[in-house]
Amino acid sequence: MEFILVQTLSGLASAASLFLVASGLSIIFGVTRIVNFAHGAFYMLGAYMAFTLTDRWTGAFGFWGAIIAASLVVAVLGALMEMVLLRRIYQAPELFQLLATFGVTLMVQDIVVLIWGPEDLMGPRAPGFTGAVTVFGRMVPSYDFLLIALGPVVLGLLWLLFHYTRWGVLVRAATQDRDMVAALGVNQKWLFTSVFALGVFLAALGGALQIPRTTVSHSMDLAIIVEVFVVVVIGGLGSVLGAFVAAIIVSELNAFGILIFPKISLILVFLVMAVVLVIRPWGLFGKPESAPRPAAGLSIRPWRPFTPAERIAVAVGVFGAAVLPFFLGNYALTVGAEILVFVLFAASLHFLMTVGGLASFGHAAYFGLGAYGAAFLVKFTGAPMEAALLVGPLMGLAGAVVFGWFCVRLSGVYFAMLTLAFAQIAWSIAFQWVDVTGGDNGMLGIWPSTWASSPRGFFWLALGIAVVGVGILRVLVFSPFGYGLRASRDSALRSEAIGIDRRSMQWVAFIVAGTFAGISGATFAFLKGSVFPDFLGIPTSVDGLVMVLLGGIETVSGAVVGAVVYKALAIWLMSQTDLSKLVLGAIIVLLVVAFPKGIVGFLEDLRYRLRPPRANGAGPKTAGYGIAKVEAAE
Amino acid sequence: MKLEVSSLNSHYGPAHILFDVGFEIGAGEVVALLGRNGAGKSTTFRSVVGLVSQRSGQIRFDGTDISRLPTYDIVRRGLGYVPEDRRIFTELTVEENFTVGRQPPREGVATWTPERIYDLFPNLGEMRRRPGGQMSGGEQQMLTIGRTLMGNPSLVLLDEPSEGLAPKIVEQMADAILTMKREGLSVVISEQNLHFAKLISDRAYIIEKGRMRFSGTMAELEANPEVRDAYLAV
Ligand SMILES: Nc1ncnc2c1ncn2[C@@H]1O[C@H](COP(=O)(O)OP(=O)(O)OP(=O)(O)O)[C@@H](O)[C@H]1O
Ligand SMILES: [Mg+2]
Repeated sequence: MEFILVQTLSGLASAASLFLVASGLSIIFGVTRIVNFAHGAFYMLGAYMAFTLTDRWTGAFGFWGAIIAASLVVAVLGALMEMVLLRRIYQAPELFQLLATFGVTLMVQDIVVLIWGPEDLMGPRAPGFTGAVTVFGRMVPSYDFLLIALGPVVLGLLWLLFHYTRWGVLVRAATQDRDMVAALGVNQKWLFTSVFALGVFLAALGGALQIPRTTVSHSMDLAIIVEVFVVVVIGGLGSVLGAFVAAIIVSELNAFGILIFPKISLILVFLVMAVVLVIRPWGLFGKPESAPRPAAGLSIRPWRPFTPAERIAVAVGVFGAAVLPFFLGNYALTVGAEILVFVLFAASLHFLMTVGGLASFGHAAYFGLGAYGAAFLVKFTGAPMEAALLVGPLMGLAGAVVFGWFCVRLSGVYFAMLTLAFAQIAWSIAFQWVDVTGGDNGMLGIWPSTWASSPRGFFWLALGIAVVGVGILRVLVFSPFGYGLRASRDSALRSEAIGIDRRSMQWVAFIVAGTFAGISGATFAFLKGSVFPDFLGIPTSVDGLVMVLLGGIETVSGAVVGAVVYKALAIWLMSQTDLSKLVLGAIIVLLVVAFPKGIVGFLEDLRYRLRPPRANGAGPKTAGYGIAKVEAAE
Repeated sequence: MKLEVSSLNSHYGPAHILFDVGFEIGAGEVVALLGRNGAGKSTTFRSVVGLVSQRSGQIRFDGTDISRLPTYDIVRRGLGYVPEDRRIFTELTVEENFTVGRQPPREGVATWTPERIYDLFPNLGEMRRRPGGQMSGGEQQMLTIGRTLMGNPSLVLLDEPSEGLAPKIVEQMADAILTMKREGLSVVISEQNLHFAKLISDRAYIIEKGRMRFSGTMAELEANPEVRDAYLAV
């Protein structure tokens, strides 16, 4: 009994920071419609900044002053990011906004290590709250009580702010109808910037308040953002009260989940989230999105089969790749095989994104599941490579069946957040279930059969798998199934009217994409001779997205080109600089802002500009993101 | 002239909607913009306040060219806009809706306070703390006009203020618009049929299929029944 009480208290204390970060995310989303992936980065920056300032300023005044000052500094940084970056992409599809803010996250990770070093840092205790209170004979840190009280206080302050200041009323009005707010003479620019600053302030405060409880580390950002996504999915995006309630639910589930499933504590949270999603897909306190925005991947030029010239080009390309082993050395061939693996991975994601209109932020889950599936077969049944390559990907398929069933119930940002959360759950299972997966040490000794064990042999194997895989995906795009999917993507209502069941179509697309990701993952396992939890990690998922974006979402061959260019670039970058995340993040941001149509899209535009088609004005628009600007009202 | 619009062309995507539309509103005038369903009345208003992004032409307000300004800036210069679908903030109370519309007082223009708006629309005074979503259509129409008046405009574009309202409320609307006129405001209303327009307007324009077809006083319009029959629903 006492134990339960103590555990409850500890859960409530954790809920405070989670609520702060999640409410910040929710407020920003409500007004700007942007899901700020960089929110975790600001949380982390808040903690680091507070660490530095509390180190300088001592005493009670110094400590609390430092916490507030740190949060304010980070809020200013957030406002700067809004002005420099986000103002350029408010009209862009959600995917671009998520990616751009993710790019910032990557950059911050390297910057933090540059400034504060890679080691975990230990902050000071809060003056006046260093001791512990005895509750039923157990010790509870007194700082926990402070945090427990803080949650409702902040909730109350936010409520006052939103109801008793003109600024707050404007924010609520803009959350409902921002165009009307502008039509009443309010400059949205500054409203957005100030809302962003407030949201980031809350995130940074959440981070700063953590320093007396936990060490400050450069992996705090991704850990919190996943939890925050889960919180807003449960509580409902845009609702502060929802963030409050869901933060408590999630923290309590974590506190007790550790007792019930010590190894895989996330399972409990996952189950609750799944139940909420089935009953109320827009969260406990959220509102259903009235008009979903056009998804990325609405093509301007209709997709078309290859022209004869392009067929020849493809054949030449494949042939050229096939003879590479006669010219390249072992290292180059291994790199080449890796690129080929990611060609299929990117193509499978591209299939889901363009044809299904679903931008997954957790596609690595199925890549990783395929890899682990193959590894389990080799390790536990002694299966040969051929069998493992055939059967292993079924685990990716199974994962896509289960996760996809939930995910396709949502769309847009909710879909993106949920796929990410599922991938993170898969990652934490691989990470925590050491007995089976080896945890962080991974599983080693997954070697290919003799005929494919030379770099040359494996390159051919990878090439065969990539060509066949991409070929099948392409056939699917032009099959009746692909047409049906695109119809349901372009107009949910219309396609339902002509009898296409959108959800099952998307589910099937999700499963197809997951299976092919699984195949590439299994191939990757044999290429590396090992599997690690990183295969399922967020960076792998985002790599896939960047490949598709780089190649050009609107194009058919974009994924292949994007994967080749990106992977080659990334491998080269890694060998050149320690700051690969900084460079990569900057590239992502630049891509989104300057080349939203990617390489292939850029080339196609160039071609159309040089030789405009005579047809009925279906030429390229200059507008960048490939969605017609939708006028607000009839 | 308070507002001068000439050779206004507007598009929605590939569709060309307004063709060289021009009109003028003098200070203190009440002018009706008449036209059938889909004639382009709302598009004209939305183009003037900058809510249609693809537009070209000259739009002068108080002598300044506003055709390239963002919406909020146009509105802040005293050009109020009341959309036809009302677009009140349903979660905000009557008072809070007014708060959103509030702008600093403007020199030489009537200054509005919530109290003055309650005088204009007594119904609203009885429900100051009610959320906009729980009001009747007529009350919402009063709210959306009051909200725009809170910006102390010198000219108001009213898009179909009588649409779907009970005759009694329509009369109240007409009275309110005449009060606004007495306060020195210029008012442009868009309407589908003549009845309501006749009650309050000095002059009228008729738009059809995106082109201006008629301009004249109400008396001239009366004298030309064939114009009315050709371009308006009777
Ligand atoms: N957002 C939009 N996108 C494309 N076309 C539009 C849009 N809004 C209006 N239109 C078209 O523009 C034309 C003019 O519409 P508008 O709303 O200006 O007419 P209206 O005179 O206000 O009609 P009503 O009396 O029905 O309000 C119509 O043909 C309409 O179909
Ligand atoms: Mg209209």
